[in-house]
Amino acid sequence: MRAFTYERAESAQAAVKSAAETPNAKFIAGGTNLLDLMKLEIETPAHLIDVGRLPLAQVEDTPDGGLRIGAMTTNSHVAADARVRARYPVLTQAIVAGGSGQLRNKARAGGNLRQRSRCAYFYDTSKPCNKRAPGSGCGALEGLNRNSAIFGASHACIATHPSDMAVALAALGASVETLSPSGQARAFPILELHRLPGETPEVETHLIPGELITAVVLPPPPEGGQVYRKVRDRASYAAGLASVAVAGGNLALGAVAHKPWRAVDAEAALASGASPAEAIAAELAQASENGRNGCKISLVRRLVPAAIDQANGRGA
Amino acid sequence: MRTTITVNGEARTLDVDTRTTLLDALREHLKLTGAKKGCDHGQCGACTVLVNGERINACLSLAVMHDGDSVTSIEGVGTVGALHPLQVAFLTEDAFQCGYCTPGQICSAVGMLQEVAENWPSQETADLTGRITLTDDELRERMSGNICRCSAYPQIVAAIKSVAGETA
Repeated sequence: MRAFTYERAESAQAAVKSAAETPNAKFIAGGTNLLDLMKLEIETPAHLIDVGRLPLAQVEDTPDGGLRIGAMTTNSHVAADARVRARYPVLTQAIVAGGSGQLRNKARAGGNLRQRSRCAYFYDTSKPCNKRAPGSGCGALEGLNRNSAIFGASHACIATHPSDMAVALAALGASVETLSPSGQARAFPILELHRLPGETPEVETHLIPGELITAVVLPPPPEGGQVYRKVRDRASYAAGLASVAVAGGNLALGAVAHKPWRAVDAEAALASGASPAEAIAAELAQASENGRNGCKISLVRRLVPAAIDQANGRGA
Repeated sequence: MRTTITVNGEARTLDVDTRTTLLDALREHLKLTGAKKGCDHGQCGACTVLVNGERINACLSLAVMHDGDSVTSIEGVGTVGALHPLQVAFLTEDAFQCGYCTPGQICSAVGMLQEVAENWPSQETADLTGRITLTDDELRERMSGNICRCSAYPQIVAAIKSVAGETA
């Protein structure tokens, strides 16, 4: 691990001010992903701003019947919240499908959204990776790419976003609240948080450098059933090969793109009376494979109709 | 960097490099070698300790992040003269072979049983709004962050179940 200096932020305003003034600074809260990457020297911040103790760890009701989840709330506490369990079960199911009990006790809502890809070529510093070393190439394109993206990939990067929680938030139509480096608060849909890789896979979000996520806001729950289903190589404690969040008529897919993938073509087909199988076929019309990840297309084709049926109480 | 952590009930002040993980602070600075370094990447659970009562991977945390926290390692869970019920159960059920993962397994089980007592859900919880019953599937799922290379899992499940039964 490279040497760095450390401070504990006194306030969110102080945190973004410090981030704006300090070269190569990063926020840390749970640290479960960042410290792992720092040990491998994939992340090499010169300064860490600990935002984990900021008073942003509450889950509160919003006036319109939704919930505001403070960015520093642990994954465990979000999943266990009685209101989340009763009104947004897809979110609890997604969170408990990720990591282990120990990791969920440490990881925070904000950091969960800022997780970096688990692509093996991103992690292996002896291999090319445009995300880790821009311009070096993509080792996954013609490599061991069973875990790679089938939607929205580019010739520069076929990595996927690892979050389960973000997939549920995408289906629920959540928003993200932030504090910019100049101290301005803003809010925008979570679907506008993450980027597709394009030519610059090292830029993973639309956040301004030094911008801090302060909360995730859930609108009132959509009408209709909710469910999160995840397919992976082990029954527990493994990254997904494909996952789906159903929230009423909304569908989001996980582990298949550089961002949580809202399946808008499938949603439109469902809304116009298509069967679940026809709907996901419409979405998969734009899927592509890179040799070893074609299995994900088959998985998604079977997983999504099963999840839609489950959400609507028609078997599992 | 000067850091004060209450470890097993005693305030300990350390001067650590910012890079020092909580695990290395316990093992190398405080010579509490119960928590083990397995993978050092949060994948095996051998380093599990309790921070303010909740289980975490000590390898994926910096000591300086815990200034002011209360940490319980296996040395604080029980002593040779006064074993914790889970330690007795691991002996009774023969729930280990090499023993390397055992301190992490026991600390994790202490935290896990508290999570069940607080009715936290897992992916095995079918009814998210009801009371949780610690079935074998629930127990295995909740302990999946602790790997046992000797594969003593049946005995580990039996040991934890015997204690959960007493306290439930």
